[in-house]
Amino acid sequence: MNSIEIKNLSLNFGDVKVLKDLNLTIEKGEFLVLLGASGCGKSTLLNCIAGLLDVTDGQIFINEQNVTWLEPAQRGIGMVFQSYALYPQMTVEGNLSFSLKNAKLAKDEINRRVKNASEILQIEDLLKRKPAALSGGQRQRVAIGRALVRDVDVFLFDEPLSNLDAKLRTELRVEIKRLHQKLNNTMIYVTHDQIEAMTLANRIAIMRDGLVLQLDDPKNIYNFPINKYVAEFIGSPGMNFLQGKINNKDNVSFQIDDTLFELDGYNFQTIVEDKRPVWLGVRPENIVVNDGNKSMPVNFDVVVEVIEPMGADTLVWSHFNGHEFRFTVDGNKVINIGEKINLGFDPLHISIFDFESEDRL
Amino acid sequence: MPNSSDVKITDGPRGPKPRKMLSRRNIILYGTLIFVAIYYLVPLYVMIVTSLKGMPEIRLGNIFSPPIEVTFEPWVKAWAQACTGLNCDGLSRGFWNSVKITIPSVFVSIVIASINGYALANWRFKGANLFFTILIFGAFIPYQIMIYPLVILLRDLGLYTKLPGLILIHTIFGMPILTLLFRNYFTTIPEELFKAARVDGAGFWGIYFRVMMPMSLPIFAVAIVLQVTGIWNDFLFGVIYTKPENYPMTVQLNNIVNSVQGVKEYNVNMAATLLTGLVPLAIYFISGKLFVRGIAAGAVKG
Repeated sequence: MNSIEIKNLSLNFGDVKVLKDLNLTIEKGEFLVLLGASGCGKSTLLNCIAGLLDVTDGQIFINEQNVTWLEPAQRGIGMVFQSYALYPQMTVEGNLSFSLKNAKLAKDEINRRVKNASEILQIEDLLKRKPAALSGGQRQRVAIGRALVRDVDVFLFDEPLSNLDAKLRTELRVEIKRLHQKLNNTMIYVTHDQIEAMTLANRIAIMRDGLVLQLDDPKNIYNFPINKYVAEFIGSPGMNFLQGKINNKDNVSFQIDDTLFELDGYNFQTIVEDKRPVWLGVRPENIVVNDGNKSMPVNFDVVVEVIEPMGADTLVWSHFNGHEFRFTVDGNKVINIGEKINLGFDPLHISIFDFESEDRL
Repeated sequence: MPNSSDVKITDGPRGPKPRKMLSRRNIILYGTLIFVAIYYLVPLYVMIVTSLKGMPEIRLGNIFSPPIEVTFEPWVKAWAQACTGLNCDGLSRGFWNSVKITIPSVFVSIVIASINGYALANWRFKGANLFFTILIFGAFIPYQIMIYPLVILLRDLGLYTKLPGLILIHTIFGMPILTLLFRNYFTTIPEELFKAARVDGAGFWGIYFRVMMPMSLPIFAVAIVLQVTGIWNDFLFGVIYTKPENYPMTVQLNNIVNSVQGVKEYNVNMAATLLTGLVPLAIYFISGKLFVRGIAAGAVKG
């Protein structure tokens, strides 16, 4: 059963087309992350689903019901905002019960739900406090609790962790994941943080200019990005790109200046003609440093320029045929600046994009 | 790198840098401030001193000298006995008229303007910008232009010379600036709070009363100060749109001070003026606290 269905959704702000004929289907219990750079329309889409923005065209269905014209409160959604948006003059309890009072629920039902939500989120001790007396993490818990008490099928998160410091962010990230596993309701989560997207999502929708570029599970998005933009966006440090062309003489290979990389093992989606200009993309973590024996199908040399030790591993910066080239090595490995290193990779783990359209080949 | 044992920390500067109290900068700064303060306070001093003197003492002509014999007679006379035309019941009648004018005017204008501002800031209805532009345009029209048309309007409504008519006038003229004030304040309240309240099922009035208003006490205080002082101090509308028994305090004060029968009672005039000015002054002192209070703290990160 589909939880949310978005059909041909468009939204214009004056002349600016923010969402363009967007279609999206989200299954019940799914955790979908909308990921994209700022201005791509991901928050706008979420606001449309919530009913906080009037759509220009198209329909939105929640639980098989057309909610396009319904008020936010009637849609069966709960929403968590980046800035928490707690009502400052109410206590935590007041914040949690506000929506229930608006819905004119019985008093003991309100108390039961508030108690239940505060137990799940471990904020029972804070119920009598005002938001000003809470830390950032506690405030965001209360904000999640406010969605929780409404007992709805769909949770919408609008960059909920962006205002928190790095440590709290990782903690709450896990908690949101636990919450999802426990409640098993549909969650739509907007973020620009790819780590959050990768860790939380069942599926990720990468958005750009009001369109969904790729909708897939995190593994596929990471391994088989549909175009160069997605490839650049996902992964940290970012993917390396080499500009060259296809050489079909003997085997299919990638030619950059005089160097040939044989692409044996790479799954081309189409037949690629000779001399077609392409980008070769390879992730820094898929590069192997060869110690004497060449274990990988493709091997080449680079000179180490800058090293960035990050604990578990070390990021090494270098150049290959005029292109910047990064790769990670084990954090314990000793690497010296100026050293010449032999690297290798497996064509199975690379991506080839058309030079013009930047689409995956 | 210097060895720590080589450096004697007691030798060098340590702790806060000493500052000279009587530096040139301080003398000029405080000198100017004190001078300006005296410049503004001298007239007030003269008024208070004069209002506490009897007429024989005033005739001596030493306006700066403190009263030899302190008397509250002029204050009592100004409040209860001073004559304007045929009425000799002092300023008290004008005071109560002003109260009857100010309280409803302030209340009605703030209620309407705050709802206006809230609707303009948060519910962007069709034509909101045009409405706002017209309203703000009103703030720039000199109101002398509208005096006569409003006389006709009030006459036709049957409110001319009556207190409700004057209250209506004050409400209308307070509208542009107050709406601007409230609209601008409400736009500074994070939009997400408004969105959250909508998701929580609060409607137009629910959000206004339960979310926006409790967060906006400082701006309500500002609006009250503006309106109370403005309406209390108003002379022009009071004299035009009311009749003698409904005159506000300011108009009556003018009539007392400018009456030309017999001796000019400077002490009574001073006392009457001070009495008239007491209300706005009190408002400033009372509301000061509300300005400083950070009510919105904790709404968003910080």
